[in-house]
Amino acid sequence: MTLSRRSLLATTGAALAAPALAQAAGAPIRIGEINSYTAVPAFTLPYRNGWTLAVEQINAKGGVLGRRLEVLSRDDAGKPQDAVRAAGELLDAAKVDLLAGGFLSNVGLALSDYALHRKRLYVAGEPLTDALVWQKGNRYCFRLRPSTYMLAAMLAPEAAKLPAKRWVTVAPNYEYGTSMVKWFEMLLKQHRPDVQFVASQWPQFDHIDAPATVAALAAAKPEAIFNVTFGADLTSFVREGNSRGLFAGRSVVSVLTGEPEYLLPLGAEAPKGWIVTGYPVQSLTDPANAAFASAYRARFHEEPKMGSVVGYALIASIVAGIAKAGTTATEALCDALPGTSFPTPFGTTLWRAIDHQSTLGNYVGRTALQDGHGVMVDWHYVNGADALPSDAFVRKLRPA
Amino acid sequence: MSVFLNELLTGLAGASTLFLVAAGLTVIFGVTRVINFAHGSLFMLGAYIGWSVLTRLPPGPIWFVLGVLATAACVGAIGAAVEMTLLRRIYRAPVLLQLLATYGVVLIVRNLAQVAWGPEDLALPRPKWLSASLAIGHSEFPRFELILIALAPALLGLLWLLLTRTRWGTLVRAATCDREMVAALGVGHRWLFTSVFALGAALAGLGGALALPQGTASLHLDMQVVTDAFVVVVMGGMGSLPGAYVAALLIGVLRTFGIVLLPGLTLVFVFLLMALVLLVRPQGLLGRLEADSPALAGAVPLRASGPALRAAAVALLAGALAAPWLLGPFPLAVLSEGLIALLFALSLGVLIGPGGIISFGHAAWFGIGAYAAAIAATALHLPMAAGLALGFVLAGVLALGFGALVGRLGGISLAMLTLAFAEIVWATAMQSPLLGGDNGLLGVWPDAWAASARGFYLLTLALAVAGTLALRRVLLSPFGFALRAARDSPMRAAAIGLDAARLRAAAFGLAGAGAGLAGALSAYSKGSVFPDMASVDRSIDALLMVLLGGIHTLSGPAFGALLYTGLYDLLLNATEWWRLILGLAIVVLVLAMPQGLAGLWRREGRAA
Repeated sequence: MTLSRRSLLATTGAALAAPALAQAAGAPIRIGEINSYTAVPAFTLPYRNGWTLAVEQINAKGGVLGRRLEVLSRDDAGKPQDAVRAAGELLDAAKVDLLAGGFLSNVGLALSDYALHRKRLYVAGEPLTDALVWQKGNRYCFRLRPSTYMLAAMLAPEAAKLPAKRWVTVAPNYEYGTSMVKWFEMLLKQHRPDVQFVASQWPQFDHIDAPATVAALAAAKPEAIFNVTFGADLTSFVREGNSRGLFAGRSVVSVLTGEPEYLLPLGAEAPKGWIVTGYPVQSLTDPANAAFASAYRARFHEEPKMGSVVGYALIASIVAGIAKAGTTATEALCDALPGTSFPTPFGTTLWRAIDHQSTLGNYVGRTALQDGHGVMVDWHYVNGADALPSDAFVRKLRPA
Repeated sequence: MSVFLNELLTGLAGASTLFLVAAGLTVIFGVTRVINFAHGSLFMLGAYIGWSVLTRLPPGPIWFVLGVLATAACVGAIGAAVEMTLLRRIYRAPVLLQLLATYGVVLIVRNLAQVAWGPEDLALPRPKWLSASLAIGHSEFPRFELILIALAPALLGLLWLLLTRTRWGTLVRAATCDREMVAALGVGHRWLFTSVFALGAALAGLGGALALPQGTASLHLDMQVVTDAFVVVVMGGMGSLPGAYVAALLIGVLRTFGIVLLPGLTLVFVFLLMALVLLVRPQGLLGRLEADSPALAGAVPLRASGPALRAAAVALLAGALAAPWLLGPFPLAVLSEGLIALLFALSLGVLIGPGGIISFGHAAWFGIGAYAAAIAATALHLPMAAGLALGFVLAGVLALGFGALVGRLGGISLAMLTLAFAEIVWATAMQSPLLGGDNGLLGVWPDAWAASARGFYLLTLALAVAGTLALRRVLLSPFGFALRAARDSPMRAAAIGLDAARLRAAAFGLAGAGAGLAGALSAYSKGSVFPDMASVDRSIDALLMVLLGGIHTLSGPAFGALLYTGLYDLLLNATEWWRLILGLAIVVLVLAMPQGLAGLWRREGRAA
């Protein structure tokens, strides 16, 4: 069950037709949102549900600054150039107050650079690359999700507890994969100088030759495996690895695999005992998440996914900034956001002043099999603030 | 030893998978001479339909076999339907037009599959017998892959028997040689062709269903599979089934060992291999060298435009000059984008039209131009004019060099070499830290004098007009006519001393420079460059623009570029059905106007 355009229009229409709900007066506050809806639907459709829910809840409470909140959404088809064109259209023709969104790292970077050029605010939701807030960070760009560095820093302490010394890595052959492996190797070696990385595989994204990759990894006779593949590549990798006994007697540490988006398609072949980052939605009982999850289920009749959390928290983070600034003027917003805290399903989160990264964290746990599908068990929450490096480290990377 | 054996078996299984993907494509081409771009889509349908069928059946091996066969039959029927409604009407049209029509089918199928099966990847639950493995030496080897290893040669044998030992096969081979003669002897070759297309589609469906135990049914399968299939088919020799199997073996085994030794080369390994083979044997491993069926049938010579068209062009230009004072910044940015597309499409039009060269990799030059401009702006801190000039010159020089290397070839092997080169450019951009990898290069903004939407639009307009006039001048010069002579009558051209290879190299240089300038402009208009500027998708976009417009005039690609960017812009955000609508538009345009928008795939020319 996914949200169709028609039902989205219907709900927007209903909101417009219900003046009791929309007490907000004056022109609406407009967020121009851009994402890869047709290119990466598995993540972006739950994400769209997430922000739709947030917008509805906020407008039901009277909006922000007494004004209704409105999101104008555009598809970038997974291409940075299309995203930049959409951003131009949103700013110049649709007159939005700020830009938000993005899934792919390069789309996020293109939008961030465009925002800097135009001196307008851009709040990135999903793009994971470190460059967005560090090497290419700028005044106008903020990023919500934990970066590749932070994800590696969440996993490295767990990996260090394993007895394994011979490691191999497998990661998609683009920036996300290479930087994930780079940070994981660096951080694990800090904890455990005795580990060795004996082989690495770099399959083409979305085009993994799983049998050959698995055979090559097995040939290196590792004690532990660090996996960065996800989506269709992950499914092929896990199946082939299961058939060839690659995971038997070996520890596996795997990024993102605990997210329902990637864990559920594995079905009954979901691996057991992998150390992963993810979102154990069914077993979370804390009030913030429970309230979010029950509202989400009531609205969309399905379980929230990681994307839903990102979409929901993205709106919350923007709204908190606007409320603090008391205006939607760009410069005032860019001054107000750093240091602002906002509620998310993962608890209260903060926009850092030093690099415009949020402290949204992630759950780290182990995979297990329940009722024929994968779940996360033995999890704990790692606050994003605890997975970030020292301020000196950040200052060295980020231009002033 | 056990590791070696394991790798070898893995490679053989990979080869079988590749053969399953390619067999249908080569069968269809061998008989109908249609390059079926939708082959990957049929494979994808096989995976999805297979998933729907197999998840409803009991998990035993017998049911699995029956389910896979039923899926193949289903996809075969879909293939027959496509042939009867679309391809049958355009067998006599130029190769490129068939390519365009089947690309329309790709878009339609992708959209329909997303509606029918949803956006999430679908994995087939594997019963024990499918996930089981055998111990080989110290390691485990999946039993299913052993079955695959045996399956490909068995299928090859069956197809060979079918084509050589049955009456149907005899008729099919006869029709391949001479359609008219077979028809004159009272055989309805239409149904023959339909049945061949259905067979090829069924093979694609079979491959898709058999890929399920190892992977998932996903919406990206179509383009992934079709490139793999093209590589195998061209490397083996178009239309040759044994050739396809040999090529699949070569790729499968070498790739498996290559991944161990050179894990960083996964992006280009297969393309490098193909380029090597084609440079040595342009007809493919087991292909026969035959006179290339020209990309398009001979057309009347290019003439200078008549007064009506000229008046129209002047009026259009006047409108374009007035635009900055009538429109806001966003429409102007869209118009600038259209003009960049126009330049890009015109440059490809030079290769395809007068040059008679199909290029699947024109985005290579666009990407090189864009990166050259980005480096000039960000690393060398040069002014924009220098960045544009660098993009223009660098892409031109590299294209000239590439043309000199491959100018002696023609037809589909040259087309695949352009694809391979574009993939290498793309992979270099992806992997080189100097070029920013996947994260691209940022901060490529125009100088102050062209920073406003109005200023940049006027600059783009000036360069597009200058480019158009320059190309027109060149194509109406003796060089342009010599190029066309070498395309239409290679023998006579050679007899009067024209060097076709050198002419083609020059055409590459000209087209590359034009595309490079477009790429450089695009870099400044977007402020950043990324590897996907050199991606296959962008090459296909360019082909679509040129083919939509029609290729025998200069105005054709220009119209096509404006139409395509307009359609794409309009549809992308207006509807989630944009692929379906764009695909249907393409199919309808092809059926209604096989001559392209500019109306000049001259029918009388073909008869000559």
